Order: sequence, then structure tokens, then C-alpha cells
Amino acid sequence: MRALTWHGKHDVRVDTVDDPEIINPRDAIIKVTSTAICGSDLHLYDAYIPTLQKGDVLGHEFMGEVVEVGPKSTLKKGQRVVVPFTISCGSCYFCERHQYSCCDNSNPADNQDISDQLYGHPMAGLFGYSHMTGGYSGGQAEYVRIPFSDVGPIVIPDGVDDDKVLFLSDILPTGWMGAENAEIKGGDIVAVWGCGPVGLFAIQSAFLMGAARVIAIDHFPKRLELAKRFGAETLNFNDTRVYEALQELTGGLGPDAVIDSVGLEAHGLFVDNVWDQIKVTTFMGTDRAHAFRQAIMTVRKGGRVSVPAVYGGFIDKFPIGAFMEKGLTMKTGQTHVQHYLPGLLQAIMEDKIDTTFMISHRLPLENAPDGYKLFHDHQDVATKIVLKPDLAKTTVEMPA
Amino acid sequence: MAETDDAPLTAARSSSTQQEAIEADHGAVTAAVVTINKPAQDLYAFWRDFPNLAGVLENVESIVPAGPQQTTWTVKAPGGRTVSWVAEVTEDEPGRVIGWKSAEGADVRNSGRVEFNEVPGRGTVVRAVIGYDPPGGAIGQFVAKLFQREPAIQARRDLRRFKQLMETGEIATSSRTLAHHAEHKAG
Repeated sequence: MRALTWHGKHDVRVDTVDDPEIINPRDAIIKVTSTAICGSDLHLYDAYIPTLQKGDVLGHEFMGEVVEVGPKSTLKKGQRVVVPFTISCGSCYFCERHQYSCCDNSNPADNQDISDQLYGHPMAGLFGYSHMTGGYSGGQAEYVRIPFSDVGPIVIPDGVDDDKVLFLSDILPTGWMGAENAEIKGGDIVAVWGCGPVGLFAIQSAFLMGAARVIAIDHFPKRLELAKRFGAETLNFNDTRVYEALQELTGGLGPDAVIDSVGLEAHGLFVDNVWDQIKVTTFMGTDRAHAFRQAIMTVRKGGRVSVPAVYGGFIDKFPIGAFMEKGLTMKTGQTHVQHYLPGLLQAIMEDKIDTTFMISHRLPLENAPDGYKLFHDHQDVATKIVLKPDLAKTTVEMPA
Repeated sequence: MAETDDAPLTAARSSSTQQEAIEADHGAVTAAVVTINKPAQDLYAFWRDFPNLAGVLENVESIVPAGPQQTTWTVKAPGGRTVSWVAEVTEDEPGRVIGWKSAEGADVRNSGRVEFNEVPGRGTVVRAVIGYDPPGGAIGQFVAKLFQREPAIQARRDLRRFKQLMETGEIATSSRTLAHHAEHKAG
């Protein structure tokens, strides 16, 4: 089959690799109909996430048609399914409590050592996201082997477009959980850093949860425009001192809850960011965290901090003083996708959540390397790129 | 012996403290612990049927019955060779504990003990302690190397595979093809 494979920093290629096969009884194989490039794929593209190997198939946002099932799979051939990026067994302590992204069993025993050492406990398996999270082949491919297929994939009713439901695989539930972790109450003012796909879904979710106002922070005009479409007030950090603006907009109180949907590649030339950048390039630290620090400084006393953004290692200068003295609460984590799927599919079917607005490009899988470059270099133009394995290769124009 | 706190002996900072704690006179010991979301009796029953363990323990090729309380263990060696010994059950408390020990004449004297403690609301805490003697002779040296390849990591991985099989009915693998899976049995 054809698949997008990683070869090094800023070097991804579409190669011919072996087709996946059923190995364990609960497996299924799907033929991919749509797959997306995620902002967190850019962390792999930039080689910030360790334990990638040459030839690894990337991609963790995908859906398709079931073409083969193992004896213990509950799926049927021909069904259309969206597959969560988190692989979950459904029967361990964590899955039983719906903390699916903490699954104890989906990461192969040997691969668990890496995150066990780095984080104190092993992480769950994820599709297409390095060997630390299992080394599973990802969804930017024609076919994918789906382990524990009786737990993860959600069956999509006929007649619903791929584009409407594809984002159930990651960014929609991630944005939703980002808002849920902010414990939004009716009338709250919520600030969201980062208007990428996760931030934009967090904004929609925050309003659905009863937020009175949402203030969105980014520096890409197009992304701020999208945030505005959903009723958010916007701040462009290139033009505006964000802390000062947020205090004034909230009468000096600060937002009730803040959401960091930026993560380890936060842009912006601030003093702490420059220091973080030096450390990243000299291997002294891995994460740049200006948005995160600013969120903690900005939020009101007794407020809530939610972190759906991806962090991989350590940060310096965590403002523990502000965090403690203001009496803050912080919630974070990889998304417990399976927990949110039925409710969010329902919300899409009832048109309560708009998912297709952020798709800026639909490209053939064969052009996936162009897609990575476009998404990486032109984030103002490329808000979300969907790849289609059944489209023929084309020429992709790069913006000037 | 550590007498200043309630920590498990295997967590002691001094390795001599650990070794003193081993009842058997083995030269090295390792322990691993895991919580499995299944009743103790089920886990005990699987383990007590020793041949089952060959699918879980990475270095073991086969375990076959060799008498009412005995099994023959075969581990892989370089050059397609294998090394075998007979193990006999030394302790057996249904649903609670299984202990075993290599019989006289083994190239590498070794022993193991696994405990199953059910904790309400959490499952069963499974604790395995493996002891062995670094032996002499060529084969012995090889086996020692096998055991000494970070035995703590080995034991931890083996218990994780046991947990996966008991909780999910299969051992997780990220292989994409059967051929790759056969080559890298453990994922």
C-alpha cells in the first residue's frame, strides 16, 4: 500500500510499504477514505518528539471502511468508522473509568519502558506517533490495522459526509475535553490561547457549555477570523499586550478559566520564549511554554487552567508561586476520545457543532509531503489539511 | 534489613539489604509488581498451569509437564541452541501463592515466587520475585547473561504481558504484518 512515512526532520515521503494484516483476535483492518494532518504531526515533522524511526507511518486522524475483521472484533465488513487516535483496551482499570487515554494495555510491553522512565508511568498506545506510544503504523495510508477494534471505532450512519465526522478522531473531542477540563459554568469568561483546530473547537464547546464570553488569542488573522465567527472576542498578540488586555476586558478580575491549546511550539518573541528556544536547540529542555505561563498569570484567583495542548518533556520557570498563591486548579491529559464519541456524533448530526469550516485544503494522499510543508510554513493559509487516498497525485501551489 | 520505614525491601537503596532479604541463597534477585483487573483465582489458575507461561515470558521457548509437581523449561540460546532445566513447585496456596525452584543439576539455579493479593475496587496485586545464581561453565555463562540482561526490566515486561493477556485476551503488538510479528514476538 501507499503510506506517508517519516525519514527525518522536515523529510516525509509517500512510500510503498507492506499492507497491514490481522494479528490479534480483536483487530480489524480499515481502508482509509479520509485522514488529516494534525498540528501535533508538526511536532513529529520538526523532530521534537523522540523515538521516531525512519519508515514509520504517521497519522492519527483517520476514518474509513472496514475491510477485514478478526474473530473477536465487533465490527462488520463494509461499515464506515471513525477511529480514535488513542488505542484503548476497554477492560483495564483506566478504561473502566472512561480514562481511555490512560489505557494500561494498548502500548506493547517493551515500548512501555520509554514513557515509564520519562513520565513515571507508561503511556497508552497511539496511532502513528513514535515508538514511545507504541510504534503503531498510522492513518496517513491506504490501510490501517486497528487493534481493540471492538472498543475504539465508532460506526457512522450512511449518508453523513467524511468531512463532517472525520474530526471525531482527535481534534473535536480534544477541544471539547479542553473546555470540559476548564469546568465552565454559566456566565463564565473563558480565554483560549491558540486558534488552531483544537482551540477553535474549544471555543465552540465553551459556548455550548454556557460561557458568556470567550476571548481567543493568536497571531494569524485568518484563525482569529474563524474564532470570531463562533462569537469569540479576539486578541492578536503581535499587536496587543495580552495580559493587560485580558485584565481590562474582565474588569481587572481575570478570566474565570483559561485554555492552553498551543503547546510545545508556542510562537512569539518573548523573553522566556527566546530562552526556551535556546534550551531546545541545545537539548537542555524540550518545551516552549510562553502561552502556558501567560495563561497562569492571567487567570483570576481561584480560576481553572485547562491544558489540551501537547507537551512532551520539561519546562523551566513554571510559575508555581502564581499557581499556588492564586489557588488555581489545573486539568490536562491526552483525550479520552472513546468517552466523548457518542455525544459528539449526536451533536454533529443535530448541527450543534460545525466541523467542516476549518478545512482549508483537500489533497491526495500522494501529495501528503506538500501538505506537511504547507501546514508547517503557511499556518495562516492552511488551517486544516485533509488527505484522500483515492485522489490522483496533483501539483500543489505553495503560497508566496 | 531496612528497619526505618515501611518500604518494600526491593526498593532499598542498599543492594545488600535486598539480598539479605532473599530466603533462598541466590546471588541475585529481582522483583516486579503489577495490578491486574481480574480475580486472584483466575490469575493463579493461569499461572499454576505452567505451560501457559511460555506465551508470556519473553525468553522462554516452552514449558512442558515433567511430573506431578515438575515442568521442563526451555529457553532460547544463540546459534539455534536451547538450554533446559527442570523446575519443581515448592509452594502452592490456591488463589494466593505459587513458588518454584530449579531441580538439582540445573545449569543455573533459579527460583521464583508469585503472590496474588486481591484488593477491593482495584483488582489483584501480582508480585513476582525471581532469584538465580550466576553459574559457571560456558552454557551457564550464557544463561547468566540472559538473566542478567536487566532482569528487573525483563520481569516488568513479562508481568505487563501477563496483565495484557489476562485483561484483554491478547498481548498488544504494534506489528503491521504477521511476518514482522513473528520476528518480534514481543511487539
